[in-house]
Amino acid sequence: MRVYIQGITGIRFLSQGDTMHRIYFDHNATTPLHPEVKSAIIESIEVFGNPSSLHEDGRRARILIETAREKVAALINADPEEIMFVGSGSEANNTVLSLVSCSGARCSLHSPADSDLVTSTIEHPCILETSKCLENRGTNVWRVGVDSRGLIKMDDLEQAVSENTSLVSIMMVNNETGAIQDVERALEIAHASGAFFHTDAVQAVGKLPLDVRKLNVDFLTISAHKIYGPKGVGALYVRKGTPFCPLIRGGHQEMGRRAGTENTLGIVGLGRAVELRAEEMDAEAERLAELNRVLREGIESRIENIHFNGDPEHCLHSTLNVSFEGVEGESLLLYLDYEGVEVSTGSACASGSLDPSHVLLEMNLPVEFTHGSLRMSMGRSTTREEVDYVLEVLPGIVKKLRRMSTVYGGER
Amino acid sequence: MSSWLYSEKVKDHFMNPRNIMFDDEDFEYDAKGKVGNIKCGDEMVFYLKIDPDTLTITDCRWKTFGCASAIASTSVLSEMIKGMTLEDIYNISNVDIMNELGGLPDNKVHCSVLGDKALQEAVNNYYRGHGMEDKVHDTESRIVCECLNVSEEEIEFAVLEGARNYYQLQEMTKIGTSCGKCEEDARERLAFYLDKHFGVKEID
Repeated sequence: MRVYIQGITGIRFLSQGDTMHRIYFDHNATTPLHPEVKSAIIESIEVFGNPSSLHEDGRRARILIETAREKVAALINADPEEIMFVGSGSEANNTVLSLVSCSGARCSLHSPADSDLVTSTIEHPCILETSKCLENRGTNVWRVGVDSRGLIKMDDLEQAVSENTSLVSIMMVNNETGAIQDVERALEIAHASGAFFHTDAVQAVGKLPLDVRKLNVDFLTISAHKIYGPKGVGALYVRKGTPFCPLIRGGHQEMGRRAGTENTLGIVGLGRAVELRAEEMDAEAERLAELNRVLREGIESRIENIHFNGDPEHCLHSTLNVSFEGVEGESLLLYLDYEGVEVSTGSACASGSLDPSHVLLEMNLPVEFTHGSLRMSMGRSTTREEVDYVLEVLPGIVKKLRRMSTVYGGER
Repeated sequence: MSSWLYSEKVKDHFMNPRNIMFDDEDFEYDAKGKVGNIKCGDEMVFYLKIDPDTLTITDCRWKTFGCASAIASTSVLSEMIKGMTLEDIYNISNVDIMNELGGLPDNKVHCSVLGDKALQEAVNNYYRGHGMEDKVHDTESRIVCECLNVSEEEIEFAVLEGARNYYQLQEMTKIGTSCGKCEEDARERLAFYLDKHFGVKEID
């Protein structure tokens, strides 16, 4: 049974009992632990041994880690030895980009001539800022833009990649718009010029079917907390035979590729999380695609002067990014929060800087829309009732903010 | 809601803003002031009803395109100014507004400046429209760095955006990076705005 109470703009949705039911539409930011991931971590919580130790306690930890490695490998059709565990998706991305600058005379990885990096303007900040740093150290960095749908321009990518390119790094799914990039084509372009190809697949793994053999990718980044696993753990796929140099040195862990005693419990969580994704993702994708359609059409029919950022045909089934003319995103977010709905925005004010989302800016969105965007990202807990509730409260909030807006109502 | 990002008072004024100009209300006003720019993500308009004999504000309305801090600070400001004389308006600083609100996070301070600037603009417009140009407070900002054309207003803005020392101010405005003669003046202005908005001294 559902329980409703009166909220400021109307009804308020409660779960059974007294606790307020929060509607979490921010799964691209992070996800709650899957209950079975939680169980797996709790089951292993007493395992304290150093996985490098040869004794019983050490071996117990080692077994957990290697089992998890097999599970991660299985999800993307890799070999276990091609999977290395890292501390986050950001660390995985930093590790791959650090290979580009590895072109010193005494380094066997690359010849100094092969030093260009090609990436896009809509990557996650951990790629953008690292590539800026590489640039400062003398690497030539080429950043390819996107079209109005948020899709990286493949013609421009082709222009940017040359025989000097050592690495092409293109994200698989954009975190803000959900735009699914043409990674297959990007990879073809990279390999045709003899460059290595990396994809940040943090928003794609466990949501879309993915086969690294078929794709023939050289590096691929995975994060646990985006797929109902714990924070602080991720994985990097490195194709067999690809040159590699560690970012964190000083230990033999992870086949000498990442020093530091392994985060056993985090890795156990990641292993269980990917296993569950393999079981759940197909049915969930179908369910969320339908909910996304209901949400999109519902917003479209209830609220005028809006703009969808991204094209549903090339968009992750769980993500909807929409801008409301004349409404500032942070205000919208906080009103929704007060009504129990958690989303995120590309508004400048919510980011703590004066710049709105770099992704929306790159898509050439009119300014009155860039400051008023909402990203709603659904997940395994999302229900039709929650979508209906959001559709019920959102129009009133937009109306309230538009009534006080200089932009929308106009000034007298 | 347990942990709100802002104070209870900010939340109250954000959720229930006072004195909003609604298009269907037919509010008659004597002066209007507008500041901000939609490109920067903030725009504000103030409308004032003024008693011509006492030059006192009897009522006001406002509109904004802005975040929670902009809405709340303007709402609280609109309650503070009723009964004030036009001259009083020039003495309101955003520290007064922040105190009234129970504080704002540092990175949100710049959002609270807009309301009081719009208000001053409205008062200036009233003076101009009623033959009292001599009373208009010059809002034209003085140029501090002649080489690179950096004004006092830009220094103030940089401080609100996070500049806490001369080096950071230079990073953000390029002030004094050409001939360098304005350094003393620029440092003095920096100290003034750091004190005005945050009550702090330069931090190295």
